[in-house]
Amino acid sequence: MDAIIILQAGMATGTILLFATVGEILSERAGVLNLGVEGMMLIGAMSAMSTVVATGSPWLALLVAMLAAGLLSQVHAIITIRFRADQVVSGLALNFAGVGLSLVLGEGLSKAGALALLPTYTVPLLSQIPVLGPILFTRQSVMVYIGYLLIPAAWTFINRTRPGMHLRAIGEFPAAADALGINVNALRHVYVFVGGALAGLAGATISLAVSPGWFSELTTSGYGWIAIGLVIFAQWDPVRAALGSYAFGALRRLILDIQGPTTILTFRNPFYYLPYWGFFLEMLPYLFTVFVLVIGSREAMRKRLGSPSALGIPYVRGERGL
Amino acid sequence: MSQSEPTIHRPGWRFPLEIRLEPRGAAPPWLGWAVTLGAVIVGLLLGAVVLSAAGGDPWRSYAYMVKAAFGEVGVISDTLVKATPLILLASGLCLAFTMKLWNIGAEGQFFLGAFGASAVVLTPMLPPETSPWLMIPAVIAMGMLAGSLWGFLPGYLKAKFNVNEIITTLMLNYVAVNWNNFFIFAVWTEGGFQMSRRFPQTAWLPRLTDYAAQYPQLRGLTLHLGLLIAIVAAVVMWWVIYRSRWGYEVRLTGDNPRAARYAGINIARNTVLVLMVSGALAGLAGVSEIAGVVHRLQGAISPGYGFSAIIVAWLAKLNPLAVIPVSILFGALIQAGREIQPSGVPKMLQGIILVCLIASDLLMHYRVRIVRRSQEG
Repeated sequence: MDAIIILQAGMATGTILLFATVGEILSERAGVLNLGVEGMMLIGAMSAMSTVVATGSPWLALLVAMLAAGLLSQVHAIITIRFRADQVVSGLALNFAGVGLSLVLGEGLSKAGALALLPTYTVPLLSQIPVLGPILFTRQSVMVYIGYLLIPAAWTFINRTRPGMHLRAIGEFPAAADALGINVNALRHVYVFVGGALAGLAGATISLAVSPGWFSELTTSGYGWIAIGLVIFAQWDPVRAALGSYAFGALRRLILDIQGPTTILTFRNPFYYLPYWGFFLEMLPYLFTVFVLVIGSREAMRKRLGSPSALGIPYVRGERGL
Repeated sequence: MSQSEPTIHRPGWRFPLEIRLEPRGAAPPWLGWAVTLGAVIVGLLLGAVVLSAAGGDPWRSYAYMVKAAFGEVGVISDTLVKATPLILLASGLCLAFTMKLWNIGAEGQFFLGAFGASAVVLTPMLPPETSPWLMIPAVIAMGMLAGSLWGFLPGYLKAKFNVNEIITTLMLNYVAVNWNNFFIFAVWTEGGFQMSRRFPQTAWLPRLTDYAAQYPQLRGLTLHLGLLIAIVAAVVMWWVIYRSRWGYEVRLTGDNPRAARYAGINIARNTVLVLMVSGALAGLAGVSEIAGVVHRLQGAISPGYGFSAIIVAWLAKLNPLAVIPVSILFGALIQAGREIQPSGVPKMLQGIILVCLIASDLLMHYRVRIVRRSQEG
């Protein structure tokens, strides 16, 4: 068991969560809670695989995955923004629909066999940095590097640009945004789409890079829900989201890898000799999500900050105070 | 409060008609069920579109499913067996959803219920020759206790730290599955197989087929006492939600938490209690499945009952009495879905129906008008 190898693999696993979490942050910042992340990720993973099977191009597959999940997200957008339905219930429904659709449309994909996968790169110079180089910049999938770029991009967009200001406005104070001539509901559609597309990208990252293949519902195994938990932990901030995602990815890898060797630090490895204790290890990511949520929620209560003020509330001009 | 929006003049051509939503007062009672029926039909039609896109013949599939679920007495009995856990799970969810507590963890509470029931038999807390009159109530009590514990955790975290119950209940599902797997694989395994040994007959819920000696026509019918328990539970839950004082508190909190707080209702305590009751019923569903159908603890005891029950509760408009017929329909979907390819069809249909149902809610609250765009401005 080599810590560097675990952390290196953890970055790749964390990238899945990073895409999904940042996507959900954008959607929630715009005032729309979308609980369908898991379903959208599955649609992304499934359509990416289908595209690769049909065309052999992983790049086209990424695009198709983002479009497919983005389109699915618009079902939620229409129901909550235009029809003003409860966002919690609609998101759950979207999740069920996404899971079911991907199971039916992905039938037979698990037998797909060897596929064109996304390339991995080692960055010259940067990979020479001691410790960090091997972890961050050696033989990582291209998706991991896209993830690195997404973090500062998302932060800068939200906090330092004019469209980002509009995004925050429609999530915090839509009436004021409307008065400034911002089309609140149209922009919300856009950000729900972006959130969906990033969830689709997260799904494609699984099926084309991190654990290649299609394993029906087990492909995502709850990552979408963990991402929603991470949004709360991240306090709707992409940088904190990245920290949470990578920590999670590392934990996930550690759990997989700890069951391999016969000794850990010269002790007999209990998870090797008593493999059934691995079921308790498998619980850890989910228990850790609950733990992280408790921390995030307490912090939010203490600092009196928290979700965007208009989160969950449909905007109708001239109605209510928000 | 008028919905008409002031139109701001923007240059350029605009479509001359627009869709306007006008809030309606109380909708007539028949409308709700008509809209629900319409949503289910639209959902099935959309499902048919997807099925034919995936290369299947949707109408043949649907006809086959109806036959596989209601075609003869034996399969009707099987359908009702599938409906039994749904009735129990969805009745509990009706209570939680009425308070706007989104318990997505019924699946895990179901697994814990099965675990609790198995613990009585396999530990064993009671010897196998115990009279069924003691054994079955003990199994039920332990199952409900374990299920309610699985509801208590998210309830406590919600009440104490305002932790989002959607995520915690869902995460506990995965924990519950692994918990059960540990006992199935490591502790109660029978000869290395991934299942426990069979329960003694004293822990079985009586089935119709058990009376085949007196009534030969009952031979092979797997319907068990769980259905009766489930129907009683649904009626009790209906009374609790819509007739009891506590149910009134729960409904008021769900409709208007601020008013509930001013009325002096202890919301934190009710949050914990509601999730515990919901979990206990889910646990009871697990007991019913394990003591009525499977007769042993194993991994595959649920085709996603806990998630289907969410849709059932919503279709039934959070009314436990309506849960009974809706559960039978969903039991049919699950029963028929076992034999149909691709295997994801029942899940997909459930998801699409739920989406249509939620979209159709619009028609309950608003009148949809298509009007000519006003030209002033």
